[in-house]
Amino acid sequence: MGLSKSVTAPFTATRDDVLVTRLDHLVGIIRKNTVNWSRRSSLWPMPFATACCGIELMSTGASRYDIARFGAEAMRFTPRQCDLMIVAGRVTIKMMPVLQRIYIQMTEPKWVISMGACACTGGVFDNYAVVQGVDQFMPVDVYVPGCPPRPETLLEGVMAIQRIVDMEGVKTSSQRGRGMQVAVEEPSRFVQVNVSEGRDG
Amino acid sequence: MSATVYDVDAVLAALAERFGDLDFAASPLIERADQSKRQTCIRVHPDRLIEVMRFLYDDKRCRFDMLADLTCVDYLDFPDASDRYGVTYTLLSTVQGHRIWVKCFVNDPSPEVPSVTCIWKGANWLEREVWDLFGVRFDGHPDLRRIMTWEGFEGHPLRKDYPLRGRGERESFERIARDSA
Repeated sequence: MGLSKSVTAPFTATRDDVLVTRLDHLVGIIRKNTVNWSRRSSLWPMPFATACCGIELMSTGASRYDIARFGAEAMRFTPRQCDLMIVAGRVTIKMMPVLQRIYIQMTEPKWVISMGACACTGGVFDNYAVVQGVDQFMPVDVYVPGCPPRPETLLEGVMAIQRIVDMEGVKTSSQRGRGMQVAVEEPSRFVQVNVSEGRDG
Repeated sequence: MSATVYDVDAVLAALAERFGDLDFAASPLIERADQSKRQTCIRVHPDRLIEVMRFLYDDKRCRFDMLADLTCVDYLDFPDASDRYGVTYTLLSTVQGHRIWVKCFVNDPSPEVPSVTCIWKGANWLEREVWDLFGVRFDGHPDLRRIMTWEGFEGHPLRKDYPLRGRGERESFERIARDSA
């Protein structure tokens, strides 16, 4: 991180420092907004539909509820070309390694929606064979409740993923810790002013 | 016509004629006020199962050419039950249009029933399912191995004494974290 001389002499930032920081910040904002906008507006889902929720997923992709409005009509069945995995339906122990392998094969950045009660918590099937929530064994970003969730609920879940993409996609330079660092009180202890949102891993 | 689907009196008469020494204990599965719609079940001992099934398949009055279902019932702790496993065959005749249920009772410690794959090829996977979920062996089956449970699974889950929530199989699984993928 480039420490400008304003750290040692806190209140004597020159015009050059400010200009560079402002330009850096502006480019960062433009880049962030463009990249994040294009990522969230073209989320290609990987439909991992195992059961009844798959039917609701199909109807969300159909004309009345139209997931294509969100850029997500390209439901590629190859994980290499997808960024959003929608686990729709109950997952059994026999299927879990398959699901994990497909998740690993997806390229970064990737997000996961757990659709329906069975994928979130096991649903009504509390028995030896059904995994009680896929989040026990793989990371999940958004949980969509319902049995099955209505298409509008699933679209709300996709919109939540879009907000997550926006929040923690490409960061601006100040979010990454670049730029001018403002010192307050004593020089030995300084507070870094950057805004960082993001979820924990 | 629905009235003749369950009307298997001709079949029962043929069975009585051919296997006069056997008591089939033809008990209706469902008691109905309208007797024309009752579902008939006959009970066969495992030693005579292949003979009776072959007769039901071949005989002109019976002609049960389709094995519609092959499943098992676990009568553990059932009141008034004398045997534990009741292997149930649902036979359908596409020629005559009637159905019959055949039940064959076996017990622990090693429940075994002759396989009917020699008569109906479709029994192959059905018998594998009964073996996997109940533990009833089928003598003469060409390829008796698990079909529903996963590799490395031990036990027969649909038995009444198998715990519903399993023995921890669904919890002990490999977890992938966000950064490892």
